[in-house]
Amino acid sequence: MSDLATIRAEALSQVTAAADLGQLDAARVAVLGKKGTVTELMKTLGTLAPERRREFGAAVNALKGEIEAALDARRGALSGAALDARLAAERIDVTLPARPEAQGTLHPIGQVMDELAAIFGDMGFTWAEGPDIEDDWHNFTALNMPPDHPARQMQDTFYLPARADGTQMVLRTHTSPVQARTMLDPEVQRMLAGGGALRIIVPGRTFRIDNDATHTPMFHQVEGLVIDRTTHMGHLKGCLVDFCRAFFEVEDLPLRFRPSYFPFTEPSAEVDIGCSWKGGELKIGAGESWLEILGSGMVHPNVIANCGLDPTVYQGFAFGMGIDRIAMLKYGIPDLRAFFDADLRWLRHFGFSALDVPSLTGGLGR
Amino acid sequence: MKFTLAWLREHLDTTASLVDIRERLTMLGLEVEGVSDPGESLRSFVVGHVVEAVQHPNADRLRVCKVDTGKGVIQVVCGAPNARTGMKGVFAPVGSVIPATGAVLKAGKIRGADSNGMLCSARELQLGEDHDGIIDLPADAGIGQPAAEALGVTDPVIEIKVTPNRGDCLGVRGIARDLAAAGVGTLKPLAIASTAGRYPSPIRWTHGYAAAPDSPCPIVAGRHFRGLKNGPSPDWLQRRLKAIGLRPISTLVDITNLVTFDLNRPLHVFDAAKVAGDLVMRQARAGETVLALDGKTYTLDESIAVIADSRAVHGIGGIMGGEETGVSESTTEMFLECAWFDPIRIAATGRRLGVQSDARYRFERGLDPESVFWGVEVATRLVLELCGGEASEIVESGVMPVRKRGFSLRADRVKTLTGIDVPAADTASILSRLGFEVAGSGPWTATVPSWRPDIVGEADLVEEVARVWSFDRIPTVSLPRLSATARPVRTAPQRRAPQARRALAARGLNEAVTWSFLPRAAAERFGGGAADLRLLNSIDATLDTMRPTPLPNLIDAARRNAARGLADPALFEVGPGYVNATPTGQRTIAAGLRTGAAVPRQWAGPSRAVDAFDAKADALAALAAVGAPVENLQTVAEAPDWYHPGRSGTLRLGDRAMAHFGELHPELAAAADFKGPVAAFEVFLDAPPPAKARATRARAKLALSAFQPVERDFAFVVEEKIAAEQVARAARNADKALVSAVRIFDVYAGKGVAPGHKSVAIAVTLQPVERTLTDAEIEAVSARIVAQVTKTTGASLRG
Repeated sequence: MSDLATIRAEALSQVTAAADLGQLDAARVAVLGKKGTVTELMKTLGTLAPERRREFGAAVNALKGEIEAALDARRGALSGAALDARLAAERIDVTLPARPEAQGTLHPIGQVMDELAAIFGDMGFTWAEGPDIEDDWHNFTALNMPPDHPARQMQDTFYLPARADGTQMVLRTHTSPVQARTMLDPEVQRMLAGGGALRIIVPGRTFRIDNDATHTPMFHQVEGLVIDRTTHMGHLKGCLVDFCRAFFEVEDLPLRFRPSYFPFTEPSAEVDIGCSWKGGELKIGAGESWLEILGSGMVHPNVIANCGLDPTVYQGFAFGMGIDRIAMLKYGIPDLRAFFDADLRWLRHFGFSALDVPSLTGGLGR
Repeated sequence: MKFTLAWLREHLDTTASLVDIRERLTMLGLEVEGVSDPGESLRSFVVGHVVEAVQHPNADRLRVCKVDTGKGVIQVVCGAPNARTGMKGVFAPVGSVIPATGAVLKAGKIRGADSNGMLCSARELQLGEDHDGIIDLPADAGIGQPAAEALGVTDPVIEIKVTPNRGDCLGVRGIARDLAAAGVGTLKPLAIASTAGRYPSPIRWTHGYAAAPDSPCPIVAGRHFRGLKNGPSPDWLQRRLKAIGLRPISTLVDITNLVTFDLNRPLHVFDAAKVAGDLVMRQARAGETVLALDGKTYTLDESIAVIADSRAVHGIGGIMGGEETGVSESTTEMFLECAWFDPIRIAATGRRLGVQSDARYRFERGLDPESVFWGVEVATRLVLELCGGEASEIVESGVMPVRKRGFSLRADRVKTLTGIDVPAADTASILSRLGFEVAGSGPWTATVPSWRPDIVGEADLVEEVARVWSFDRIPTVSLPRLSATARPVRTAPQRRAPQARRALAARGLNEAVTWSFLPRAAAERFGGGAADLRLLNSIDATLDTMRPTPLPNLIDAARRNAARGLADPALFEVGPGYVNATPTGQRTIAAGLRTGAAVPRQWAGPSRAVDAFDAKADALAALAAVGAPVENLQTVAEAPDWYHPGRSGTLRLGDRAMAHFGELHPELAAAADFKGPVAAFEVFLDAPPPAKARATRARAKLALSAFQPVERDFAFVVEEKIAAEQVARAARNADKALVSAVRIFDVYAGKGVAPGHKSVAIAVTLQPVERTLTDAEIEAVSARIVAQVTKTTGASLRG
């Protein structure tokens, strides 16, 4: 019996002493392996007398069970420690920065164009485009500025060489030539003749010889044109009030329409929005001052006639405003020249995320 | 256009406040740009009575004065020689800001005597140059009265912006007429009495032009004066001119300026003693010169109208007189010129000669032709009144340039064009008050007054009625909806630019907007610079040619950013490139570039410089965003010569170029100060064919296989010149049904591969659709792949 007790004590001490899973396995082999001490005891069972065998067998089996339980317990303890050790070894410094990813940005001009699309789109306007290099006729003559008209000198024009057919090419001084291009489109004329309504916005690049602190030789305009049989100045007012309130996101923004002069509209109006300069900072909304933002008016009968429509039948309004200017006002951008300087610090500061798609329902400004 | 309130009130009988007048002017279309009150800077200054002025005990040239300011007696030390007991002067209390210096007046001691204020000179108040003594006010000035009142500098100066169509408002009377029409008082009658000539004019007008209404100068009048005394004009006239920023010169010149700004009638005065014979209004001869009153000599040509005598040219018609025959203080005989010039030709002459003048400004906007006659009379009265002497009979030559014009105004037209309901009686009355002769009771016929050449049709009449009635009364009517819900604003082709912009920004590029023009050399280097795209009048040589592509401007922008110390600029622009100067010669290009490191120096791995494949990815992303069939694109190793010839390519659909990409030519990168490669791309957004119209938005059926795909790797050795894509394509074509994807995962040249060759390793995915592939089937497909690649590329399977 003392043999059994000795074996037990040795085996359990080996299990307890095992410092890792390898030593524990060696202990297991030494006790329960093919030549293990307990296995050897089992082998002797056959040589014993039946009573003795039953009694001794039960004792050996109990011992085996006890050792196995000790092994399992020790294994559990050792593998828990191993996992802990591994996890400890795998520790990282989570304060390190994430892998760098360049943040792209959209220029405010494109973003504001998308805002224009959202607002005017809801009012039934569609998008129209035209070439930056225009002929003299579309840029001036069609718009009631015949060759000697003094208003041609109001706009300092960039000229390109005349074409072989004698047409003088210019960089368009405004987006208004697209009015003429659109009205002259036979499909548009058919649509109007059928009682339809023309509503377009024309955003794009425009050019004038001007290069100082507040003028750049290139800038952006958006033209609006509505032609049908009944649209009057009240609609012009309503359209621009609705636009300005939506764009500047000021529900009660006051607008002021002042008589003015443009060769291509009659009557003509300049439009101011209310603002305040309290504390030296511009705030758009009801206030003590007015800020001029756009020119507008009823399309001049001569323009309608020049575009092949009967001015006694058709009428409508047009307006034009600076996209750069309204972007500056809305987003507090101080300097026009910086729009075209591509300074990354500016682009990142005033730019927009690619995912910020403006919509009336999803939110307009950012 | 500047005028003062008192001046306006000479023409307008009104009780309206300055605030009301200001508001109405703006709402009439005569936008007020500013109102300045010259008394503003003198707000704290009062009339002081010097009750005692005694010698300063410690200084010979100073006096100690006791000044009654109306609020007590204050002691002031004064250095002016004219300071004396009993006088009244302008007293500045402590704390006042002296206009001339901007200094705040402090209490102090001067040589031991207290001084608690100041008595001021005209110069200190910026009212004149006089600094010899303090201002000596009239004895009846009220003690303690605001100094501005006592000095007569309370008249506010109003500056308005006059639109080019409203030449008639370049005279105070025209402004008054508009205000009166709008109900701000009544227009005072202007009595123009004629003065009978006392003798025949020794100088007559002759005309070098045909007597026709469309001649450059259809009509000219004038008269001779003698026995005049010219000299400084009276105070009231000087003050009036100074108030609006004009410099008084002499009575005769000041009269011409007064009439110009008061009645919008420019005049010219010749020293008659210096004129040889008669004056002629004629076409200049090419090369003739004239020394004008601005001291400059102008060389003339045949398009210009001049006034000449038998010897020389003495004036540029409607623009500026000549120096030689100008009047001086000693002038006793004068000849007055009053003419009407064709606005368009005046504008052209002014531009050609580069000369601006009050006369040009008015003539080119169109003047009242009838003013030729009353202008002479108005000037005559002033000359005789202020300079004495006598006037000759009037001489004239030519014909009146315009006839009366009338337009009809439909009864409902104001309403249908502006939405405003103006009562018929008001419509007629507004037009009459503006000077129209109105007949009828709706519809009306309105005869246009001679001073309104801008009125050319019914719409102009509507504007007159609406602006006088006030644009504030235009109703605000939202546009009626054309459809219950909004329709797409942009067509599919119009959507491409915004789609490309968002795709590129999402890839980490910063969008820029750069000029449409650039230096000609840059245009030429990037395939442009044709003669028809060169500006005739550029601002400077850096902006003289239309750009063929946005790329060179972006390179320059990246260079500027790098020079500012900003790391790795990566920019793009979606904008025009100009092919030729026709309306269809413009294309939309999404161009961009990346510089420096694609992966910057970082703790998590090695850094990597940008390369052609970054640009290729950008180009493909932009193309995918605009709906181009990117899976059908072919990459060819060709690109324009601004790219690195061995590291660039073109993405093509069939034979159409959709995009170029690659490393920028190293010479161009170096020229822009970049040490490493610059990866650039240009995507032609108009190039991809439009998407086919589809009846529904439903997607194609999705067929998913239930069977496991199998992936097999192959490595082929091919000649160096064989494009990797050829190997991949051959593998794909080996069994189109089974091969679902081919991925190139390694390209290797060097040890173990024959010189002039490379190894291209591909992973081929086989996707069975009917059943799982057997080993034998996989082997068979593999053999077909090897055979196909070997056949088309000359490859051998790498051992």
